[in-house]
Amino acid sequence: MAAEELMSKHKTALNHERAFDEERKIASRVKQRRGRNRLAHGLFFLATLVGVLVLAVLLFDIFQRGWSYVTADFMNNFASRFPSRAGIKGALWGSIWLIAITAPLTFIIGVGAAIYLEEYAKKGWISTLIQVNISNLAGVPSIVFGMLGLTIFVQILALKKSVLAGGLTLTLLILPVVIVAAREAIASVPNSLRHASLAMGATRWQTIQKVVLPYALPGIMTGTILALSRAIGETAPLIMVGAATFLAFTPGSVFDEFSALPIQIYNWVAQPKEEFSNLAAAGIIVLLVILLTMNGLAIFLRNKFQR
Amino acid sequence: MNPTAISVKNLDLYYGEKQALKNIHVDIDERSVTALIGPSGCGKSTFLRTLNRMNDLIPNVRIEGQILIKDTDIYSDEVDVEMLRKRVGMVFQAPNPFPKSIYENVAYGPRIHGLNDKKKLDEIVERSLRGAALWDEVKDRLKDRATGLSGGQQQRLCIARALAVEPDILLMDEPTSALDPISTLKVEELVQELKKNYTIVIVTHNMQQAARISDKTAFFLNGDLIEYNDTDKLFSNPDHQQTEEYITGRFG
Ligand SMILES: Nc1ncnc2c1ncn2[C@@H]1O[C@H](COP(=O)(O)OP(=O)(O)OP(=O)(O)O)[C@@H](O)[C@H]1O
Ligand SMILES: [Mg+2]
Repeated sequence: MAAEELMSKHKTALNHERAFDEERKIASRVKQRRGRNRLAHGLFFLATLVGVLVLAVLLFDIFQRGWSYVTADFMNNFASRFPSRAGIKGALWGSIWLIAITAPLTFIIGVGAAIYLEEYAKKGWISTLIQVNISNLAGVPSIVFGMLGLTIFVQILALKKSVLAGGLTLTLLILPVVIVAAREAIASVPNSLRHASLAMGATRWQTIQKVVLPYALPGIMTGTILALSRAIGETAPLIMVGAATFLAFTPGSVFDEFSALPIQIYNWVAQPKEEFSNLAAAGIIVLLVILLTMNGLAIFLRNKFQR
Repeated sequence: MNPTAISVKNLDLYYGEKQALKNIHVDIDERSVTALIGPSGCGKSTFLRTLNRMNDLIPNVRIEGQILIKDTDIYSDEVDVEMLRKRVGMVFQAPNPFPKSIYENVAYGPRIHGLNDKKKLDEIVERSLRGAALWDEVKDRLKDRATGLSGGQQQRLCIARALAVEPDILLMDEPTSALDPISTLKVEELVQELKKNYTIVIVTHNMQQAARISDKTAFFLNGDLIEYNDTDKLFSNPDHQQTEEYITGRFG
């Protein structure tokens, strides 16, 4: 009896010791893990720093060279062989025309396609196939869209080197991105809201109009604006469809020739004279301001309507 | 005795291969409360959704048999689903107000059915909110977002929203399961009040609730309707062994 008691006491003591050992091991492992955590933390910070630093250097360089060139004359003059008289008016207005054509088209077509795919199309292999294709299209290099635009709009539809052909090409380019963004926004609408509407006798279309779209709109707009800001910076497809680098007028209709900001910038950079590269920096500043404004608008919309 | 509001005959329902309702026969009286009870997964919600054809939204559902409302088979071709759902309203388990104002939530139904007259809408909104015992709590903030209301208020708002389309029948799927006891009590009192004008079918997991508020109770088990009886009778002296076992808590 006593022996048994002794044995069991001994056992518990042993167990205690083992537990203690175990604890020490865990503690040392925790220390290791903490160390590794700090290392990872540092590495990721460095990665972020690289991005921020590169951006800062780039911005500094551009502002230093271009800031003094951003003047009223610069905004109001057309392209010129003489750096002192060269301005950005034609390119700026060309870009504005492009947005004015691309924005409503991508919005309407993109949302339409997204509504069809999310709300009407039967879920099955066909819809999966379409979905995969659209996602793939979003990754196709922009120059390919330029070739497509050249063939379809410039040649087959005989739109020539018009701003309409340019706008339509950019529409094709960003449409996949807008469709994907709009689909995600529509898919994020809770089904319980659709059911509430349908259970009151609303049709599918009424439900989409009055419940789904209002709920998804901020997300759709954010996606569209971000896609548009990509379109504004595009050069390659516009060169393909024949955007001009040297224009002394702004487009008066959608069938007129056009230039665009990135094209003008590209053209200036390619000039041998030093002053032209400063003009290019000035052009980049104008482009950046437009991009930042658009991104700011997107963020504003997202925050304002966030639920 | 009240006339029959809903008459269900030989109803079978399949989700793909799986049969979820088996040969259901039920006659539901006008202006009465019918409770559906039974263990989880027995088919209560499925049955409820057959009554306003919300099952149509689920792919691969097959339905056989007849459901007559006012002598028309609601699954026949000439029936307009939207009109059916206008007549047979539904309140869901979790409150699901639209992220719009309180007013717009209640006005939603009348608007989609074509009413745009501001004065009439005002009237309907007030009447429906009163009907759902919510008017006094929200009358000063009709323009506020509905999603800012408490859970219990949201559920009563959903009831008001359903009443605004002036249905004859109101289906409720566990309407109090997400609510605290006081809100639950309010909704229960409301059901008693609504019974004067509406036919109510309510799913509940709470046996006391079924006993308190319903006139008749249907007990489902594995897709079968085991017993359909006067509530008093079913809870005091059920006809079936399985009902007895369920209500005394021996399974489920
Ligand atoms: N959309 C669906 N697709 C396939 N099977 C389903 C679907 N909805 C329900 N079922 C099945 O049908 C049966 C009945 O489900 P139902 O939701 O009607 O049960 P319930 O009695 O309402 O349960 P609970 O009390 O948990 O809500 C269950 O076996 C369930 O798995
Ligand atoms: Mg259920």
